[in-house]
Amino acid sequence: MKRIFLFVPLILFVVMAAFLGGGIGRENKDVLPSPLIDKPFPQFILQQVEAEKQLTQSDLQGKPMLVNVWATWCPTCKAEHEFLNTLAAQGVRIIGINYKDDDEEAKVWLRDYGNPYEFNISDPKGKLGLELGVYGAPETFFVDGDGIIRAKHVGDLNQRIWDKYKTKFEQLADHSAAPLTDNASEMEVK
Amino acid sequence: MKIILALCLSLFSLSSLAVVNGHLYPFDNDVDKKRFEVLAEELRCPKCQNQNLADSNAPVAADLRDKVYELMIEGQSDDEITNYLVARYGDFVRYNPAVQKNTFFLWFGPGVMVFIAIFVIVSISRGGKKSQPLSEEERAKLAELKAARSEKQDP
Repeated sequence: MKRIFLFVPLILFVVMAAFLGGGIGRENKDVLPSPLIDKPFPQFILQQVEAEKQLTQSDLQGKPMLVNVWATWCPTCKAEHEFLNTLAAQGVRIIGINYKDDDEEAKVWLRDYGNPYEFNISDPKGKLGLELGVYGAPETFFVDGDGIIRAKHVGDLNQRIWDKYKTKFEQLADHSAAPLTDNASEMEVK
Repeated sequence: MKIILALCLSLFSLSSLAVVNGHLYPFDNDVDKKRFEVLAEELRCPKCQNQNLADSNAPVAADLRDKVYELMIEGQSDDEITNYLVARYGDFVRYNPAVQKNTFFLWFGPGVMVFIAIFVIVSISRGGKKSQPLSEEERAKLAELKAARSEKQDP
């Protein structure tokens, strides 16, 4: 009977090895889990890149969207830009955050490489970026029609990555059909 | 000219300057300066993951250092500043992880392991020393074996 206890160290070892080994496989050093998932998009008041217009978080509602953090100084942003153009052509709503960049250079970039963005939020000091926990452009947030962040992807978007998120994105709450007016929101409360 | 220089020097002598990664962060007392230096050591750069905010040259580390400084000047406590960054960048930014559900094993695992090890060592060493007296049957067997052996040795 006592001999069973001889196996305790072996069992412990196996359990530990499975636990730690699993951790090694799961860790992806480049991607940090974002604490913002399932939280509302942070509040902000910033200028639009393309126009003299003030934007706030309430502009990020209605139809589900990708919020893409990009900059002209970021080589990977250049790499993913063509794919963003493709997505926009398929009707995917994309909002840009021009992160720690120059508005004029951003406009030239959009003119030269095409503009997949519905509008671009100008974030020259990276303040909104900090609120979003951005640590390296490009980053893409998946935001639903209620303005809630549902997923985040760090690194460039491409077909392979998009295939992973596509179904989830299509299932996000959509309020574009019936835009929220004061009456509509009151009705929802009742 | 000399007056300006003297004024500048006196300004420096009045305040405490934290020099972190070649940047100057002026404080009006040494306690805050020390707090800032400790925080910059304990917070991790999200971009270059094996460096803290003090060591890293990454632009995001500089942004976060400036933010920590800004919040500190606003009068926020160390915990408030840390929580501010954790809310945006996740638990990852702490080099000194908080005691919470998912870090329970990290904090108490080693203690539990040591406890198990001590238990195992003690039980093994005790078990080894305990020699049970032979039973009747075993004694008879032993006597038999001894007799057989002495017979062999002197035929």
